[in-house]
Amino acid sequence: MKFTTMTSATAAMIVSAGAASAACGIESGSVRILSNDFAALHAVADFAAKCESDGVEVTRNATEEHKSIQVPALTIDPATYTVAVIATNSIVPLLNNNLIRPLDDYIAEYGEQLQPSQLIKVGGETMAIAFMANAQHLVYREDLLAENDIAVPTDYDELLAAAETLRANGVMEYPIASNFMPGWNIAAEFVNAYLSTGADFFEPGTAELAIQNEHGMEVLETLKAMTEYMNPEWVTYDSNSVLPIYEAGDIAFSITWGSRAGAYLDEEGPAPAIAANSGVAAALAVGDSDIPGAALWWDGFTIASNISDEDAEASFQAMMNGVSPEMMAEHPTEAVWLIEGYEPTEAAEGVIANLQGGARPYPMLPYMGLLHTALGDNLTEYLQGDESAEQALADVAAAYETAAREAGFLN
Amino acid sequence: MPHKTFLAFIWPSLFAMILFIAIPIVSVGFQSLYVEHEQIMIEAENCGPFGCNSEVRVDREAMEQLREEQPAGRFHGLGTYTNPSHLAIDDIREIVATSENFGEIRNRIMNLPFYKALIFTLAYTFIVTPLVIVLGFIIAVVVNSIPNVLKGPVIFFSLLPMIVTPLVGSLVLFWMINSRGILGAALQSIFGDPTLSLTASPALTWVTLFVYGVWHSAPFAFVVFYAGLQTVPRDTLESAMVDGANRLERIRFVVIPYLLPLATFIGLMQLMDNFRIFEPIIGFSAAASATSLSYLIYNDLRLSDTPLFGSAAATSMLTIVGVLILLTPVLRRNWREFNRKPS
Amino acid sequence: MSNPATKKPMPLVALSIAFIVIWLMIAAFPFLWTMWGSFKVEGDFFSRADWMNAITGPATQLQTGGRFTLEGYYGAWVEQAFWRNALNTLIVVVFTVLISLTLGTLGGYALARSGFKYTFWILMAALVFRAMPHVTLVSGYLLPFFELNIWGHLTTTIVVLVAINQPFTLWMLHSFFLSIPKDLDEAAMVDGCTRFQAFRLAVIPVMWPGVITTGLFSFLLAYNDFTVTAMLLSEENTTMVPQIDSFLGSTQEKGKVMYAVAAVVSAILPLFLLILFFQRQIVSGLTAGAVKG
Repeated sequence: MKFTTMTSATAAMIVSAGAASAACGIESGSVRILSNDFAALHAVADFAAKCESDGVEVTRNATEEHKSIQVPALTIDPATYTVAVIATNSIVPLLNNNLIRPLDDYIAEYGEQLQPSQLIKVGGETMAIAFMANAQHLVYREDLLAENDIAVPTDYDELLAAAETLRANGVMEYPIASNFMPGWNIAAEFVNAYLSTGADFFEPGTAELAIQNEHGMEVLETLKAMTEYMNPEWVTYDSNSVLPIYEAGDIAFSITWGSRAGAYLDEEGPAPAIAANSGVAAALAVGDSDIPGAALWWDGFTIASNISDEDAEASFQAMMNGVSPEMMAEHPTEAVWLIEGYEPTEAAEGVIANLQGGARPYPMLPYMGLLHTALGDNLTEYLQGDESAEQALADVAAAYETAAREAGFLN
Repeated sequence: MPHKTFLAFIWPSLFAMILFIAIPIVSVGFQSLYVEHEQIMIEAENCGPFGCNSEVRVDREAMEQLREEQPAGRFHGLGTYTNPSHLAIDDIREIVATSENFGEIRNRIMNLPFYKALIFTLAYTFIVTPLVIVLGFIIAVVVNSIPNVLKGPVIFFSLLPMIVTPLVGSLVLFWMINSRGILGAALQSIFGDPTLSLTASPALTWVTLFVYGVWHSAPFAFVVFYAGLQTVPRDTLESAMVDGANRLERIRFVVIPYLLPLATFIGLMQLMDNFRIFEPIIGFSAAASATSLSYLIYNDLRLSDTPLFGSAAATSMLTIVGVLILLTPVLRRNWREFNRKPS
Repeated sequence: MSNPATKKPMPLVALSIAFIVIWLMIAAFPFLWTMWGSFKVEGDFFSRADWMNAITGPATQLQTGGRFTLEGYYGAWVEQAFWRNALNTLIVVVFTVLISLTLGTLGGYALARSGFKYTFWILMAALVFRAMPHVTLVSGYLLPFFELNIWGHLTTTIVVLVAINQPFTLWMLHSFFLSIPKDLDEAAMVDGCTRFQAFRLAVIPVMWPGVITTGLFSFLLAYNDFTVTAMLLSEENTTMVPQIDSFLGSTQEKGKVMYAVAAVVSAILPLFLLILFFQRQIVSGLTAGAVKG
């Protein structure tokens, strides 16, 4: 192991030395990158763009619409983009439609810097290279917890008890906030909590839904119990609306994304006193489980299949420079990098704690997106007290099955 | 006008509409009749940064072959239209058969996503459209009576609700109406109810969306009516005055009949726009309490990680049918008028 | 109606003044609030603690040392080069309005003057076209546009916006031309003009009021469009609205909301000047002409 580390570190140095002079070792080709639009991905694309030279052209398009664009853009021949930067969920349509190529040959030739954990393997073939991780976790107010003699919660029961203590002590009426907005957000919360139970969403090997059981009920009841300690406006809570509430000192616990922890802990932000008294911890477990209730996500890149081998090779090499340790050295705080030599910052502690606690990855199943949508549309009525948990799960199942039939996963 | 001249004038416009709207509508209609091929799945060992799992994946090569043979997918007829996510024919039949009273039928039907969205869409359309027409008319009449120097700035400020990008407009409004925002807090103190929240209660969310809709669209009606007011024949007004009609009577018996065709035009456009409402639902994070047909389409196509093109196509076609049904009375009137028109 | 004989009674004047003042407040207040807030930091303008913070600005004082800050404007225009997006919007809007109006005027005129049954059906078809949700249309465009290699260009977006806008433009201008007396162009034709000459010599000079009103709505549609521009433009060609959306951040990433606010406010200012500049044309234009359904 030590040996591998050494060689890859040396290799990285060689690559970077080459980057300055010979354009990352690429002779010619066109690199066209499609990605989402946020700082960490800009950093990666910037470094990939350093490979530009006389024979090598690097263009990029960072847009929030990348999910809608990627399938049509990669379907045509030659594809509009050679590199698609994706995440755990957005790789699925590319895989399903056979639009990305296996990377094993390129890794053998140019991928010395990669750690084995960065390789996303599907059925033995490496289809993507992951370079950063993300997950939800807990942000809490150290000062309030200390004043009220509360230990940092590790599961939902402890969180609810802590919230009750804060309420009973008259500190605050609604101490919790979590992204419960209907749609993608609430579904993500359900997925997080459900993963903590250790159960699977589907019958093994099939697209048959398997959440109508005691685990599903337990998760729903936990989420419902949370709403008791959340301001009734929780129906509008997403990442953007919760942060100001936390900064206003209205809540003691916020369940949020690892990528947003930096803003919570920012002592130069609008609420330095609160930021200074904030801590991050692993996501909470459900019931008796000790698995942190957070889906682990990765961001990575893929190479299109409908392009010339020359461009594919050039793209892979350019992206190797994009996700190089040098890039990470310049942007150590932009993300929880999966790149060799990463040293977690304070803001990354929550995500790292999830990893160490054995949190489970977001399922990369072809039909998971359909379930996510079905969950997002059908849980709110139960949480608002308008229908029973059984009915909510039945609605989810009905919506999922309809969609899965249309998409050809169920008959 | 001879056919040839007519065509010479209209072809660019017609060509653009056929190419970019008519053909896509036909293809969407076609698509709504098909569903994806049955996915051929194989067991695979998936590995990533967080460990390995035995999962299934789509057999890409086999699927590719299927798609080459039949690119449109499997023919499904009207199956997508009648499935539980759309018209839910079977579910309705079952609900009617097994429910005990009307209330239960209503509640259970309202639990079906399509009908839930349809009810809000219709409520929004029928409440906002008339209010927009009335408010726009009143503003137009009043603005018309102010001194000319003020008209320019007043028109500009009246247009602001339409001009400010809805993206940011609704974000700012959303912050103003939350329980700590300036409007939310003001309402709480007016009603003396500290728990009042415009965003938490479904009923108040509906009201908020209606108010936003009227606010956002009133300028449109205002401008059109204002333009129309300039052309009300002065002599008719004056002769009404000679007959002793007061201000209100003049508006009622001269101005309103004259502007009626305009009101029809505004009504037509507003009915359609309101029936397609969805931006405010996103902007106000209102999806918990209110969804619309366009929201369902957006949800299928854009919010979802795996887009459901067939489902979105079916909802789109149903939207068109819905608009047509709404417009039938207006269209019949237009048809009669058209036939009266000398050619 | 500025006839001195129609002198208004005092209560009515008071009532209409009160009404217009209230309406202007309702219409303009959110914008004025946004304009004020654009000079504060996010912690104040979007404060959950107390909306008064947006007025007094404690966090602005704390973070920047002054009562007002230009950070949002600097960030948007200098750091994020928002002027490029503004330029793209300018190009898209100008061409969309010009082309829409040209096609719409010709088509609307023909529809208004031809008495054949098919004109009715064309108008009805235009209504159906307008009923189609734009999200569905745009999703359908993606694949063909990529295949033809025309995706991402401003020209493509302009053409799509013109087409999507056409039903409304046609309807509005058709209604408008109905209110221009037929005798006008028919007289010209009796004098030996062709239809085009009659249109050019007799109709064009009197059509501006309706065209300007229609142009205003075409302008707003192109200017505010998000669905089409977000999906059909590549990053370097992005217009203002999608760029503002990207300032707002996403679930995983905190956005630069104040950049968005500053961008919106500064994007409105040229409109104010534009409307003041064209105020005469709009007001007098509207006064001279008519729109009739």
